[in-house]
Amino acid sequence: MKALVIDDSRVMRRIVSNILVEVGFECIEAENGQVALDQLEAHSDVALCCIDWNMPVMTGFEFVVAARKRAEWRNVTLMMVTTEGEQDQIVRALAAGAHEYVLKPFTPEVIVNKLQFLGLVDLKEMA
Amino acid sequence: MTLTAETFDFVAALVRTRSAIQLERGKEYLVESRLAPLARSAGAIDVDAYVRGMRADVTKHDIVVEALTTNETSWFRDLNPFTVLRSTVIPDLYARGRGSLRIWSAACSTGQEAYSIAMIIADNFPSVRSNIVATDLADGVLEKGRSGRYTQLEINRGLPAPMLVKHFERQGPSFEISSQMRSQVVFRKHNLLDSPPAGGPYDIVFLRNVLIYFDVATKRDVLKRVRGAMAPGGYLFLGAAETTLGVDESWERMQLGASSVYRPRERSVG
Repeated sequence: MKALVIDDSRVMRRIVSNILVEVGFECIEAENGQVALDQLEAHSDVALCCIDWNMPVMTGFEFVVAARKRAEWRNVTLMMVTTEGEQDQIVRALAAGAHEYVLKPFTPEVIVNKLQFLGLVDLKEMA
Repeated sequence: MTLTAETFDFVAALVRTRSAIQLERGKEYLVESRLAPLARSAGAIDVDAYVRGMRADVTKHDIVVEALTTNETSWFRDLNPFTVLRSTVIPDLYARGRGSLRIWSAACSTGQEAYSIAMIIADNFPSVRSNIVATDLADGVLEKGRSGRYTQLEINRGLPAPMLVKHFERQGPSFEISSQMRSQVVFRKHNLLDSPPAGGPYDIVFLRNVLIYFDVATKRDVLKRVRGAMAPGGYLFLGAAETTLGVDESWERMQLGASSVYRPRERSVG
């Protein structure tokens, strides 16, 4: 399965990618929402996007809104991974079409656990 | 490993008499890692020094036992039991006329399991009433459970975002579960070796990831007490690595999806 990791921090992209690779994903990256949209156009087999909120050019929230307008991406799972932990932001992101929300800082277990909920990772991966 | 055998043996004996939890040799790392923060805050140079200092001071014994018996916990831990609860167990009990469920979350730690059950009932079975008793040995975790306040890190661990926004409110750096959920759960101090807590007989008991710490005789004893507290046709959930098989044959194992549940056997007639 392919995952798209969207964050303007290269270090953070690496951290998230490493966790995803560990549970069997192949990862591609984007440093903002616009690049992420381009990546989705180029890779029709992306199953999961991990999305930071605050990024230059196009924010993660704007990306979620834009991606949800495209019927062919309906099956892509969108998971916010962000420091933005205000209740109304979480509500807004979910209402816009994000499926899950991970607050930074997080442990690898947190990400894997959410992916199990979303049915993207087998429960056995969680030894 | 800097911990001396003397320190380990003392701590293991203390924990065993207070909680029946068996700390085998080889668990020195656990003792060291759990007690290191206490040693630091008491100004001791290391865990050995801390334990030497507190041996005679009975008032400190509780804190040490608490530090060693507090388990890792998360929302919807292992997921499967909660899936089965929603898909099979509660519908079955409801169909048998149990519109009001008595539930015991044993060794509840900071309450995530009890509140997870409460949220499942609220979201899926609005006409089912529930009384959830959550028990633990440690005062600190019970207090936290009652407060219903969790840090961002704790919230991250297994709580689905839709449930977070529905049942919690941000309070400064933490999230607080709604008063409606809190009103479903009563927290009580309880030792699994004592008589079961008032509030039964229970239709559903969660006793997860506890028996693994006990020797066989203690497991049998705890299971017997739990069985005595169960309503006829009730359901017992154990941890994924735990079973009644070979320990207490008065339970029947049922395989439900990826999860096992246990039910008290009907007494055989004649």
